Amino acid sequence: MTSTIGTRAPQGAGGRATAAIVGPGNIGTDLLVKLLRSELIDVRYMIGVDPASDGLARARSLGVQASAGGVDWLLRQQVPDLVFEATSAKAHLANADRYAAAGITAIDLTPAAVGPFVCPAVNADVHADAPNVNMITCGGQATIPMVHAVSRVTPVPYAEIVASIASRSAGPGTRANIDEFTETTSHAIEAVGGAAKGKAIIILNPVTPPMIMRDTVFCAIGPDADKDAITESIHRMAQTVQRYVPGYALRSDPQFDDPNPLWHGNGRVGVFLEVRGNGDYLPEWAGNLDIMTAAAVRAGELIAQAKNAKAANK
Amino acid sequence: MSTPEHTQTIQIKPFVRLTDSTLRDGSHAVRHQFTTSDVTRVAAALDAAGMPVIEVTHGDGLAGSSFNYGFGRHTDAELVAAAVRSVRQAKIAVLVLPGLGTVHDLKEVHSAGAQIARVATHCTEADVSVEHFTAARELGMETVGFLMLSHRIGPDELARQARIMADAGCQCVYVVDSAGALLPDMVRDRVQALVAELGTDAQVGFHGHQNLSLGVANSIVAYENGARQIDGTLCALGAGAGNTPTEILATVFDVMGIPTGVDAAKVLDVAEEVLKPMITRLPVADRASIVQGRYGVYNSFLLHAERAADRYGVSSHEILQKVGEAGYVGGQEDMIIDVAIGLAAQRTA
Repeated sequence: MTSTIGTRAPQGAGGRATAAIVGPGNIGTDLLVKLLRSELIDVRYMIGVDPASDGLARARSLGVQASAGGVDWLLRQQVPDLVFEATSAKAHLANADRYAAAGITAIDLTPAAVGPFVCPAVNADVHADAPNVNMITCGGQATIPMVHAVSRVTPVPYAEIVASIASRSAGPGTRANIDEFTETTSHAIEAVGGAAKGKAIIILNPVTPPMIMRDTVFCAIGPDADKDAITESIHRMAQTVQRYVPGYALRSDPQFDDPNPLWHGNGRVGVFLEVRGNGDYLPEWAGNLDIMTAAAVRAGELIAQAKNAKAANK
Repeated sequence: MSTPEHTQTIQIKPFVRLTDSTLRDGSHAVRHQFTTSDVTRVAAALDAAGMPVIEVTHGDGLAGSSFNYGFGRHTDAELVAAAVRSVRQAKIAVLVLPGLGTVHDLKEVHSAGAQIARVATHCTEADVSVEHFTAARELGMETVGFLMLSHRIGPDELARQARIMADAGCQCVYVVDSAGALLPDMVRDRVQALVAELGTDAQVGFHGHQNLSLGVANSIVAYENGARQIDGTLCALGAGAGNTPTEILATVFDVMGIPTGVDAAKVLDVAEEVLKPMITRLPVADRASIVQGRYGVYNSFLLHAERAADRYGVSSHEILQKVGEAGYVGGQEDMIIDVAIGLAAQRTA
């Protein structure tokens, strides 16, 4: 099941998981707009630390209880089932144990990576019981489904991704810690994507008007790999991701290159992607931010469904 | 106030430090296939000619070895170690592009003996280098900053980006003409702006390319306006139309009486007798690379565009022009394939 675009779920509908968003910045606000549409999640709180925050004011105007009292305040309320952490790695590292102690499942959009990596199109069901899941990186959410689409059909000894994003969509946190992107994404290409070795590259492009997020996935494949099966798997995966990221699109058919001695005798499949944001709160070109919030909502929904199923079986 | 005659002396021109990047930027022209034995021979010969700095890595810097930029024959650490073993006086420099190479990669080549970290960003994105400059200084490395595709922004904005690098611990910020698109007056304005902004906080450098045949001329203009570090490569070996030729730089500075510490005659020998026999195809300013200079397209894109042109049956200068119009920046080699697919589709439509 997926969230339906454009309709707001009735408040107080039974069986929905309750949720809080911590971090009322651009990401937190976009997340809020998406969660307000969810049929499976009832978003109750927006939490920040600055009483003058625009994000808190916006949340109030959307009918959500907002507080600048931080996590201390949250833990004094009727605690939610889920918390979406849209702060910083440092803040999440400080908060993670407190959420866990209160029995709140954390969906972590920061690079803290306390819990296992989750990509909803690939492995969200595997970690539905985890107390804390991490949403990897924007480039990871865009490309790991495609690495998996290839690796579920044929062995992938090496996968490499190139994520190009508009300069304006890279915040100060990303800029100050860009190695976190390359290292975390590389690791997740292996752990979630299923490549034996992963490599990630990120490019910031300042062109105006801002460029829509672009991602390229190169997978090394054996000389005898089944190209038709790979192509079919890639198209099928694109549809899976489109269910929660409507602006996710293949720019062209997968491109196959013949085995090459410079590639250790492997062939190569190249997948060229565009990620246009949904324009919920963030602009459309910021597909990199949209895919993070969309994937987090989807992960939250899958976790909520698993919790419901568990409760029903009791 | 008149100057007493007895204080009139021969004017000593300020020193300019040359950096030879044959074994880094030149690597593009050999598709990153330099062997450790090539590195040993070139580095030893440059060292003997008095070259103070020799840059060695994959053409796209640390961790450049990839599908997107071409796999290198050796790891960066192997190449650096070979260079370090071959030199007596020269310092070995490495290039790192944040977003591709990491602090971890920098530490690895530092352990192999690299002494200078050159951190490169697109000219508007200097703040992604802060992490790497901080780490390099903590390691005790000398630092250089590269503002790539410097023609894309004006002198004042470039100077503001240079300030970000200097504040992060960068000791010399380069105006990098990655597309060979700068004309002499544009070099003058940019170097002057950086010198004015940085003062004694950091030096200014210049890295030129030959697309419009201005590498040496622009280097002289840069020096005359205060640049004190200049890059070249032997026989202009490099991306696109190639780099400012080191042997001509050394010769011209010698003729001008500008001290470099380099033996110009020996550098000529290195270019002619050591480097040239290794190379099957030297860069030239041909149609495609002149188009790069004209439209300000990142020079490393050339060979990738030629490959994509072959693969998809379209022309490389058409690809390069489209890539320039789209405003793609260094590192977006994957977009060359995307553009080629698009052109091929238009053709069959």
